[in-house]
Amino acid sequence: MARAIVNLPASARRGEIIEIKALVAHDMETGFRRTEVGALIPRNIVTRFVCSYNGAEVFRADFHPAIAANPYLAFTTRATESGTIACTWTGDNGYSHTESAAITVA
Amino acid sequence: MLRLRPGMLRRRLAALLLAAAVMPASAAGPASPERRSGYAFMSSETRAMQDDDAANPGMLWVLDGEMLWKAKAGAAGRACFDCHGDARASMKGVAARYPAFNAARARPVTLEERINICRTEQQKAPRLAPESRDLLALAAYVGLQSRGMPIAVEIDARTQPFAEAGRETFQRRQGQLNLSCAQCHDDNWDRRLAGNAVTQGHPTGYPLYRLEWQGLGSLQRRLRNCLAGTRTQAYDYGAAELVDLELFLMWRARGMKFETPAVRP
Repeated sequence: MARAIVNLPASARRGEIIEIKALVAHDMETGFRRTEVGALIPRNIVTRFVCSYNGAEVFRADFHPAIAANPYLAFTTRATESGTIACTWTGDNGYSHTESAAITVA
Repeated sequence: MLRLRPGMLRRRLAALLLAAAVMPASAAGPASPERRSGYAFMSSETRAMQDDDAANPGMLWVLDGEMLWKAKAGAAGRACFDCHGDARASMKGVAARYPAFNAARARPVTLEERINICRTEQQKAPRLAPESRDLLALAAYVGLQSRGMPIAVEIDARTQPFAEAGRETFQRRQGQLNLSCAQCHDDNWDRRLAGNAVTQGHPTGYPLYRLEWQGLGSLQRRLRNCLAGTRTQAYDYGAAELVDLELFLMWRARGMKFETPAVRP
């Protein structure tokens, strides 16, 4: 169950600055921890976050091991046209999850 | 001036005494204006995280729970939804009444245990392990339906011995540090311990997302943390002592706003 929450206003005026909030469920295992018997727990983190607005990239972030589990990002962009805002998280072990939200621009 | 008919005062006094006999008010009883949720002790940033459903990581478990509510499980091939219907209506206020008395077990059970009773008896499915993702998800989803409502755990003749046992556990010194719950959460709640607020220990928002855990956890997990902190051998998940303590604590917090899924530092 890969889960994520992407929150943005359902509608906006053209040119308006909108806030996008993106939350994803992920353990963000650092790769520095050890089990009770001393074996290293392999790293398993989200390494990249990309947000695209109708296919065009508007925001990107690289994640590193010090970032908390279930990482949350909030950022802004300018509402230009109606369409879809898609957030994609990719990471270790072939992890990839995309969550989209629609926006109507008047 | 309030005028009373003869005998009325006596009856009222008798009723009051009866109420007191059922459960004497604790130091931080509901009449106390100082009763505060853990929310009141948090930084504005952590409060904002709890208040915004788009930022509250507990909502990730709620989403899972919503899916599980409608997922068929077990040999009976039934989902929670097939008996209970839409949780938004049928589960409204339910979590705020737990732990509640279960006649078959002849003792109070927690919400998590109630979910497992439904699973084994109605769905013919295996029990969900304590603190497992699915159990927490279902508890969080059911809990969300009571958000904003007052905690409504009541003590009656059937549950009173268990609540008394819970109070006794709350007030008993134990562990290598020889501390009782009450010594921190009744007597020193306004002070700090290693930089953290001690708080009054009202379980208003379980299961909750604890930043220290980086995940959702139940009240029993929190209680076991506290026990480990006082260097006490912690009771097992589901142990009668923990359920009784949970009952006492929820009764002690009655009337306070239910916050599930809460966020705590």
